[in-house]
Amino acid sequence: MSDAADKTLPLNDWHVARGVRMVPFAGYAMPIQYEGIMAEHKWTRESAGLFDVSHMGQLVIAGEGAEKALETLLPADLSILKEGRLRYSLLLTEDGGIIDDLMVTRRGDHFYMVVNGATKEGDIAHMADKLPPNVVLDHMKEQALLALQGPKAVEALSRLAPGVEQLSFMQGGAFQLGGLTAWISRSGYTGEDGFEISVPATQVTGIADLIASQPEVKPIGLGARDSLRLEAGLPLYGHDLDTTTTPIEADLGFAISKRRRGEGGFPGWHRIIQEIENGAIRRRVGLAVEGRQPVREGAMVVDAEGNEVGKVTSGGFSPILEAPIAMAYVPAALAEEGAAISVAQRGKIFQAKVVPMPFVPHRYHRKGA
Amino acid sequence: MSLYFTKEHEWIRIEGDTATVGITDFAQGQLGDIVFVEVPQAGTQVTQGGDAAVVESVKAASDVYAPVSGEVVEGNAALEADPSLVNSDPEGEGWFFKLRLSDNSQLEGLMGADEYKAFVDSQ
Repeated sequence: MSDAADKTLPLNDWHVARGVRMVPFAGYAMPIQYEGIMAEHKWTRESAGLFDVSHMGQLVIAGEGAEKALETLLPADLSILKEGRLRYSLLLTEDGGIIDDLMVTRRGDHFYMVVNGATKEGDIAHMADKLPPNVVLDHMKEQALLALQGPKAVEALSRLAPGVEQLSFMQGGAFQLGGLTAWISRSGYTGEDGFEISVPATQVTGIADLIASQPEVKPIGLGARDSLRLEAGLPLYGHDLDTTTTPIEADLGFAISKRRRGEGGFPGWHRIIQEIENGAIRRRVGLAVEGRQPVREGAMVVDAEGNEVGKVTSGGFSPILEAPIAMAYVPAALAEEGAAISVAQRGKIFQAKVVPMPFVPHRYHRKGA
Repeated sequence: MSLYFTKEHEWIRIEGDTATVGITDFAQGQLGDIVFVEVPQAGTQVTQGGDAAVVESVKAASDVYAPVSGEVVEGNAALEADPSLVNSDPEGEGWFFKLRLSDNSQLEGLMGADEYKAFVDSQ
């Protein structure tokens, strides 16, 4: 079924043994769906879904001056990032375009970074080129990555790895899980409470078996991963973000830390600070589409005369809202909540409205919140 | 009554000069959860191999081609309200449209049930 040219991930045989359909994604054969996208999506929102995200790049950046060196590449304030805390950040081009979006964690004497699978090789080359010689970057190819997402993820995982229930959103630590030490963080990309679990690739099959055998848990494919992150309003690199979009256009201003806004010292600062002050000419917004037919990535946002003024970058059918939803870049004047948007797709005009994201509320576990 | 299939995974049931068209169980399984179907209106002329209907799953949109030429006499209005009929009963309640055949000889190039089963198994 899968292209022979696709590389396989550590859990490949585990997926195949479960009769799952494999498709090429980010250069790997990956499971698209188990029992069906709709059922898997709803299961994740109601219980807990186990995702294989081993295609993502897990990196360690270490060495004297790693913090300062990383700050020359990322707009994050790493000086206030506490031990075991995660931060969403961006690799940026000199003119403020997004090379990748990522999670960075302070972990003892080094930083642990998770980057997108399709972009990891480019990210590594970019960072290796920019980091000083005394800062080393290690691509941990020997680690697999799982995500357990959903309101019952904490119930299932704390049974296997006691203590994980103490983590709050965007916090991680080392825990005993199935007889080995796993790095577990309370994070994910579905909008639900949940965890990401880094374990040695040689032992991930046993860990996946252990987690999937919990009554709350079912394995979930890429298809539902995409519909879940879309409902959560979370952008997907290569679709909603790329080197032609800036963080402010992409509505990711929160990733530009306060100190860094003032001080700069990261790629694209001049453009980004100008857009923070004056606004970007276009913005990524959420769209609620009338009717039942989805608009998809690539559909055009058009004005009254039919001229292209923007584009849809992600779109699909929301299993929770039972309605089509989309993300699009629209001119700033149309980026306000309630603005009427017309979308052209395959010769047909669709009516839509700008709505706040997330489309489905986040349910992260924030302490004291 | 006779039943034909295409390599695009449509079925065609012939009763007199009327053909009922839908997608096969294999096709619905490949598409996954169907959330929207657009069927042609009565009176539409369709050409063998040309666009006739649109089917959208959570993930993707697909065209359904007319397996034979003719004039559409009815689109399945039930699919507008409940597109999941295509998943639950693809070769029954989940039919797409009926047309009046303009050229019966076009049926000759289509597959029978056994031939289609062999074709699917080879996929």
